[in-house]
Amino acid sequence: MTSRPGFVLEVDRSTPPTLMWHGEGFRLERLPVGSRVVYPPEPVETLADPDAAIAEALEHPLGDSPPLRALLKPGMRLTIAFDDISLPLPPMRRPDNRQRVIEAVLDLAAEAGVDDVVLIAALALHRRMTEAELRHALGDRIYDSFAPCGRLTQHDAEDPGNLVYLGQTDAGEDVELNRRAATSDLVVYVNINLVPMDGGHKSVATGLASYRSLRHHHNVRTMVHSRSFMDQHRSELHSSNWRMGRYLAAQGVKVFQIETTLNNDPFPASSAFLQRREWEWTLKDRAGFLAASKALARAPERLARSLLQSINAPHAMASVQAGEVEAVHAATTEHMYRQLLVEVEGQADILTMGLPYLCPYNVNSVMNPVLVMCLGLGYFFNLYRGQPLVRRGGVLILSHPTPWAFHPVHHPSYIDFFEQVLSETTDPLEMEAKHEETFATDPWYIHLYRTSYAYHGVHPFYMWYWGAHALDHLGGVIVVGGDRRAVRRLGFKPASTLADALEMAEDIVGPDPSLTHFHAPPLLMADVR
Amino acid sequence: MIAGALAGRRVGVTGATGFLGTALVERLLRCVPDCEVAVLVRPGRRYDAAQRTRREIIHNNCFDRLREQWGERFDSEVGRRLLVMAGDVSADGLGLDEAGRQVLAGCDVVVHSAATVSFDAPLDTAVEVNLLGPSRVAKAMADLAAGGDPTTRGAAHLIAVSTAYVAGTRRGDAPEALLAETPYATDADWRAEVAAARRVRSDLDAESRTPSRLARFTREARRELGAAGVPLLSERAEKARSDWVREGLVEAGRARAQALGWPDAYAYTKALGERALLDNRGTVPVTIVRPSIIESSLAEPRPGWIRGFRMAEPVIISYAKGLLTQFPGLPEGILDVIPVDLVVAAILAVAARGPDPSGPSVYHVASGARNPLRYDQLQQLVESWFKEHPLYDGRGQPIVIPEWSFPDRGKVSRQLTRATKGLAWAERVSRSLPVRGQRARITATLEERRSEGERALGYVRLYGSYAETEARFRVDRLMALWEALGPEDRDRFCFDPAVVDWPGYVHGVHLPSVVAHARVRTSPGRRSGPSREERGRRAVLSPSRELAVFDLENTLVASNVVETFAWLATRHLGTGGRVAVAGRLLAAAPSLLAMDRRDRGDFLRSFYRRYEGAPVDQLRQDAWELASSLLLARSFPAGIARVRRHRALGHRTVLITGALDFLVAPLAPLFDDIICARLAEQGGHFTGELVQVPPTGEARALAMADYCARHGLSLAESVAYADSSSDLPMLEAVGHPVAVNAEPKLATIARKRGWHTEDWGRAEGASRVLVPMGPRARSGPGGRRGWRPGPEGGR
Repeated sequence: MTSRPGFVLEVDRSTPPTLMWHGEGFRLERLPVGSRVVYPPEPVETLADPDAAIAEALEHPLGDSPPLRALLKPGMRLTIAFDDISLPLPPMRRPDNRQRVIEAVLDLAAEAGVDDVVLIAALALHRRMTEAELRHALGDRIYDSFAPCGRLTQHDAEDPGNLVYLGQTDAGEDVELNRRAATSDLVVYVNINLVPMDGGHKSVATGLASYRSLRHHHNVRTMVHSRSFMDQHRSELHSSNWRMGRYLAAQGVKVFQIETTLNNDPFPASSAFLQRREWEWTLKDRAGFLAASKALARAPERLARSLLQSINAPHAMASVQAGEVEAVHAATTEHMYRQLLVEVEGQADILTMGLPYLCPYNVNSVMNPVLVMCLGLGYFFNLYRGQPLVRRGGVLILSHPTPWAFHPVHHPSYIDFFEQVLSETTDPLEMEAKHEETFATDPWYIHLYRTSYAYHGVHPFYMWYWGAHALDHLGGVIVVGGDRRAVRRLGFKPASTLADALEMAEDIVGPDPSLTHFHAPPLLMADVR
Repeated sequence: MIAGALAGRRVGVTGATGFLGTALVERLLRCVPDCEVAVLVRPGRRYDAAQRTRREIIHNNCFDRLREQWGERFDSEVGRRLLVMAGDVSADGLGLDEAGRQVLAGCDVVVHSAATVSFDAPLDTAVEVNLLGPSRVAKAMADLAAGGDPTTRGAAHLIAVSTAYVAGTRRGDAPEALLAETPYATDADWRAEVAAARRVRSDLDAESRTPSRLARFTREARRELGAAGVPLLSERAEKARSDWVREGLVEAGRARAQALGWPDAYAYTKALGERALLDNRGTVPVTIVRPSIIESSLAEPRPGWIRGFRMAEPVIISYAKGLLTQFPGLPEGILDVIPVDLVVAAILAVAARGPDPSGPSVYHVASGARNPLRYDQLQQLVESWFKEHPLYDGRGQPIVIPEWSFPDRGKVSRQLTRATKGLAWAERVSRSLPVRGQRARITATLEERRSEGERALGYVRLYGSYAETEARFRVDRLMALWEALGPEDRDRFCFDPAVVDWPGYVHGVHLPSVVAHARVRTSPGRRSGPSREERGRRAVLSPSRELAVFDLENTLVASNVVETFAWLATRHLGTGGRVAVAGRLLAAAPSLLAMDRRDRGDFLRSFYRRYEGAPVDQLRQDAWELASSLLLARSFPAGIARVRRHRALGHRTVLITGALDFLVAPLAPLFDDIICARLAEQGGHFTGELVQVPPTGEARALAMADYCARHGLSLAESVAYADSSSDLPMLEAVGHPVAVNAEPKLATIARKRGWHTEDWGRAEGASRVLVPMGPRARSGPGGRRGWRPGPEGGR
């Protein structure tokens, strides 16, 4: 199977309407003639025998690392940390990459006679995973042998007994880490890389850290200076994580990194139209689109949501590399770029995107307005290399219903953030100075983060900071088809139709604007020249 | 000279706290130099006679003019000239003490204006006050005259204020003559009527205490309050009983009056009162003054002065509010209205002239014969005035006044009865619906509409006959009195009904005064400043509050003890076991529901038996999972934010719930204290018995009072949040009750009492689980198995 690279289409009179995600549904929109649509590359080839590839990677690690087998000794403390529920999107079909890799690691550990093995879900300040989610990621065999005896744990960034303070980097950043990981002879980190921001030193330095540590790179200044945070060479977020990762290594925390990538195949065959370019739609695709969009539009919101949330993606392992963190991540990034990068010539006045039902923080949950902002202005906006798809002072048009809806268990602090903070200010710097500390140290949020399934109290702030670069760059944001009150609360302008939104945008960018449409998901990363 | 004749004399006044009495006292003090006024005032429960005199007479705005006129000497003048007799016209000898008798003995004239003017007074009250009152006054005066110092003069002149409507519902001319001398005299024996009225009271009272009646009152109380606990229910039931007796007496009064040809118990008892007075007056010279419908003053002490809100006023306001769309009446009939200051002047003229030497005499003070106001004319005046000066509804929109078609009384009351019955039925249905919050408030609205309808019906029943009256009250004797006055008296004590210019009076004097008194909106637009809700919220969240108490179920969380039980019981079971548990619960649902409605405490005790044999450790551990997947998933974010807000303000927060301790443990960080239920344990298993019984109903109020006492907090500065009428005792106990997502009974009560209400909903975005079953734990920690839930519903 050969995969076609990404593609930029210039809309002309014969171009069929463009598919846009709209939360738990889609819209077909006719873009103005002359607009450009950026399509993602088609899925790259996957590994024919992933298990063999994993074994191969463990035996022949990258960088200056010896093979994993050589690092495993009887009587040692081995900690296996793994990415949490936020990856991949949507959740992949079983077996998950993490299950394959961890089973291989555990086999090696068993052969080497390592008894003291603990698994840690690297939550950082994310919500804990449920039993079902852990079983899905790790498989029943691992769950049943580790969970009952307490050897399958989830990182608790608010348990002082579970953290160890290791000192400061030369840039003065506090480094505080999970105690088990910091005191292990070896930490094996198992990741799934979906976008270039993931992986590398960020895995351990963020995934197993505490608020005290995270605040040094999860802040407005860092995010505004990460252009983009998807481009590790121009990302202050990465620089900070890399400093911390190197500091950890210097402190003797030994990390064996195993990174995997996926191909860009997020939707099942029944909805193949989602991954096809509109002018290539077959009769079956048209029927599929009609059936799916009508059914989702008719279904009650909750049903549509749970139907989509139940999707397990067919994407599969495209590469696996193991060994020393930086060498591994360099290779991983190459794989990522091969799958995601699309060359785009120049910036546009207006950037449009259709936002789907899912972002990293609402798996099995609802995408609340703050997450809408984060997905549009954080994730999608930053999926560029070089310069943003839209010029400075340009307009971003999002399509999403943006319901005034929150998951009370997963996002309790988001509710209060939306009611109390956003009603007062949408300025990231102001909220960081005035409110972040209160939310981050609120005992009720900490209690819910530790004992329930809630994101940490400070998390909504981070989501807002994620969009800080875009807020700084853009002249305006318009949301098509969103809940008007919720959209206004976000500080954006609501519009009923794309045509209205374009009219409104002209008030900001002037007449006859140029327009680029970001056609995702499946994901892509624009390489803007 | 009226002023001259009365100057330096002492005038006794009964009923001085009433509309006519107050005006009379003021006029005497202001217009008759150096006379003394002795008022007979009943000592109240909270204030004695002197205090009542000050609060209810002197502080009335009737005295504003005099206060201004006298300036600094007002208090000393009043203190010198106004004498207070503590007494009661419904007691023999007027209940006077020696000092009171002395004061009364010194009176030259006594104006008896005390009456229960409400047309729907219970029969026995009307009889005691209206029928026997004048006789008692006369008897007291006669006794004093007989036993008094023989060197002083004889008995004082008694002017008894009656009503022109003693003429009853007859047509044609009604002369100013004693009833016995009129063509429409009835032979009703007042003594027999008094005895009968007293018997009706004791019969009704006895009937109200029969077991079947008492059961009905209890049922009514329960229907209204639900499971609010014994003390509140019994209090409500006792009120229902006394209300029932009262209604019976009102009905008896109306029926008896109508049977004898009077429109209502007021006219009937007044008429018989005149007869009784003539029988009992002894040596006391008597004059009877019969005013018609007394309304706001034409000029004295100022145009439009009115006190109380009795007959035409509520009808007019109901009409202007659009509530009363029809009022029966004959368009060409005469509505006999007379301004209060004319009545006062007439009484003073009679007092100045002294008793008729030929025996008791009668004066009408009425407008119908000399200056008639037709009903349709009044209606047009009212309509045109409100068209120009509409009232405004809650949203600041002008209210459109209804078209009036002068239907007959039967039709109107049939319509109203039908509407009221329909509303009552709808209210009953909605009350029993399982709805909350916004939707439950429909019940409160229905209740409001129904009581509006009932009030309208009441007006029609009570006052309908006054708009249909065809009697013309002659004023020949009154006019003769008028003719005899000199120009100065005519100027200062005007009582010629002809001076009333009806359009000017209705538009310029009466309606502005009625509207000003009615506390209605007379300006358009939204009210400025914070809304009612906002004000309520601010009061609740004031920093000076000390304690905030929260109920759990349906106040903070949309869940209940049955659901949490089902969740826990099914969590470790296979499919068969899950179905069995769910099936047993469903089968028991009706009886559980009924028990919960009867008594929450019994229900909890009985239901918690099902935990018998449950493994303690496992449930404690499962409770954390349950907190996330049931309690928090169904929580009301606004409610939780409110708890946190109270804490942030430094208030103590307490959760008071019937739920079990280990189930609410995950919520502990929100509260300073949790008052809940706890199960007994034995050998690692629950026994199904409670070691700590959760306070329910009135026990919650006591628990709160205890808590406040222990922690030195003030109940008055406490806030309580609850959703159901079973929490009524707790809500009543605190200074700031809040009805959250109120069920219909509580919604109605909250509306009536003006309590702050909140509607807290579940988060949009929470997944909705229809069947409360635990997500199956595929492996319990340590591989534990499920437990068999204990026996159903207690033993």
